[in-house]
Amino acid sequence: MSDAHPIAIRLRGVTKTFGKGESAVPALRGIDLDVPAGELTMLVGPSGCGKTTLISILAGLLSRDGGECTVFGQDLGALRRDRLSAWRRDNVGFIFQQFNLVPQLSVAENVSVPLVLKGESVAASVRKANELLATLGLEGRGKGAPLKLSGGQQQRVAIARALIHDPRLLVCDEPTSALDAELGRRVMNLIKDRSRRADRAVLVVTHDDRIFHLADSIAHVDDGRIDRIERGHQHAAPKELRP
Amino acid sequence: MLRFAIKMLFGDSAKFYGILLGLGFASLLIAQQASIFVGLMSRTFAFIGEVGHVDLWVFDPTQSYVDEPKPLRATALERVRGVTGVEWAAPLYKGLLVATLPDGSRQVCDVIGIDDDTLAGGPAEIVAGSLADLRLPDAVMVEVGSSQQQLRFPAELPPGAVPAPGQMLDPKGPKRPVEIGDIIELNERRARVVGLVKCSETFVAAPTVYTVYSRAITYAPPARRVMSSVLVKAVDGQDTDALAERISRETGLSALRPNDYSMRTLGYWMRETGIPINFGIAIALGFFVGVAIAGQMFYNFTLDNLRYFGAFKAMGASTPRLLGMVALQALVAGVLGLGLGLGAVSAFGLNAAGGKLAFKMLWQIPLIAAGAVLVICILASVISMWKVIRLDPADVFKGP
Repeated sequence: MSDAHPIAIRLRGVTKTFGKGESAVPALRGIDLDVPAGELTMLVGPSGCGKTTLISILAGLLSRDGGECTVFGQDLGALRRDRLSAWRRDNVGFIFQQFNLVPQLSVAENVSVPLVLKGESVAASVRKANELLATLGLEGRGKGAPLKLSGGQQQRVAIARALIHDPRLLVCDEPTSALDAELGRRVMNLIKDRSRRADRAVLVVTHDDRIFHLADSIAHVDDGRIDRIERGHQHAAPKELRP
Repeated sequence: MLRFAIKMLFGDSAKFYGILLGLGFASLLIAQQASIFVGLMSRTFAFIGEVGHVDLWVFDPTQSYVDEPKPLRATALERVRGVTGVEWAAPLYKGLLVATLPDGSRQVCDVIGIDDDTLAGGPAEIVAGSLADLRLPDAVMVEVGSSQQQLRFPAELPPGAVPAPGQMLDPKGPKRPVEIGDIIELNERRARVVGLVKCSETFVAAPTVYTVYSRAITYAPPARRVMSSVLVKAVDGQDTDALAERISRETGLSALRPNDYSMRTLGYWMRETGIPINFGIAIALGFFVGVAIAGQMFYNFTLDNLRYFGAFKAMGASTPRLLGMVALQALVAGVLGLGLGLGAVSAFGLNAAGGKLAFKMLWQIPLIAAGAVLVICILASVISMWKVIRLDPADVFKGP
């Protein structure tokens, strides 16, 4: 745990079970986790270990069965469904593994969605989206269709969408799974840059050991529990990604 | 987000056009079949509307509709004239008689015999000739549409001429429209065309031939009762309902205002024939085709976009906001589909105007079609909305 940074996310004894009776499947068996603000934390572990359930709970997408979950001081269990939606809209940015870019909307419109959800006009939101796209190397691509972009470009659009409303918590699900090593490194640097503020936190679920070295801490999840937490430089970058 | 909802709808062109065609076809089928039904049913009482300046129709009490042959005794006319409050009463003959053309071809005609003196009950529009010419010997007037179709004359016979003795005319030879002066036979009695008239298509669809009452009954087969109805004009200030009741009481006949008589005729065709059921089935089919095609297409459209709705939900879009998007998509598709269908029906109606096809689009019909499309859209969107309501935003983290 970091001594320098305040805690952005605090989980205590969080449990979650899917199904009931004999068919009940425990996904989380009592998670204790502190995610410091201003850091990039990775959740790693085998498929089915509970990573996705864990990020869904701490992003306010899924309710927990037991325990405590506080994000930037907000107890998510205390929020009603409509308030929870508004909290997500104002505080969380998502980068999905499948990008989930709407093909019928332009690139800039896709990026503008979080701002439009916050009540900004489409025109102003699209203008800001184009500015942000330019900083991500996608200048002039705002009017194009997202499906005409390469996988790496689509991922950058997804990152732009996650960042445009300046969320406090950035949740990334396998952000480099569709990218080659070089592109993966550039994307992760973009994401890591976002975590370098005291009122921000970045959570990354990944299997990609090529990016482990970029994490400030890595929480290993196994069978619904935090198995161990590695901090700082306990994890070395793969040879091909070292500077 | 509503603007994005519209873009999502228009952007998936294959499904959008599928939804549009489904809704358009449904509204087309509903409005077109309803208009044809109304047009067809209107023809059952069209003749009653053609007869102007009449306050009451008097007829046999057992008569169900205007074309039903339930003739009255000749004395009925005098009895009606004797009722207080009747300004004048005129006899009317209406019956199907066989016309023979110079080439030997035969055609059933709807012969209308109107009062010799007042000519009450005459056609609304004279195209050629004068109504008073009906008083000339053997005079008849022919409906202009049928003069160019069922009653066409051999082209080799000049207008007004009769075949020379022994002259054979080919029934399959070239034809020309009936003209003033032409001679036909009605029940093997001579009839000379003195004019052309325009009147509404009737349900029988036989050519309409007008003549005076006294001549019409000579064309009709001999019978003790030949008078079809008595047309009544009430004196000024006379309440027609009270007069109708008085006529019924004093003569034992039925007396109805034209509008009520039309409804009685319409009611007979509605109750006693399978026409409403047949058209009802066609209209219901249109509705269910709309539900099946447009509903399924819209549901599939929503299913295809469910992952994006899930992403929006994860990003903080509330469920009501997403439902609003789905509702707007359904509404826009519905309005455009309805416009497409009604536009096609209107084009169909304009094309059918003046022809044989019965078509009458009342102002209520587009509203009914709109209501049906609205129900289709609601059904389709409610099922789609249910998927959106049940959508778990955490599903966005699941794989494809």
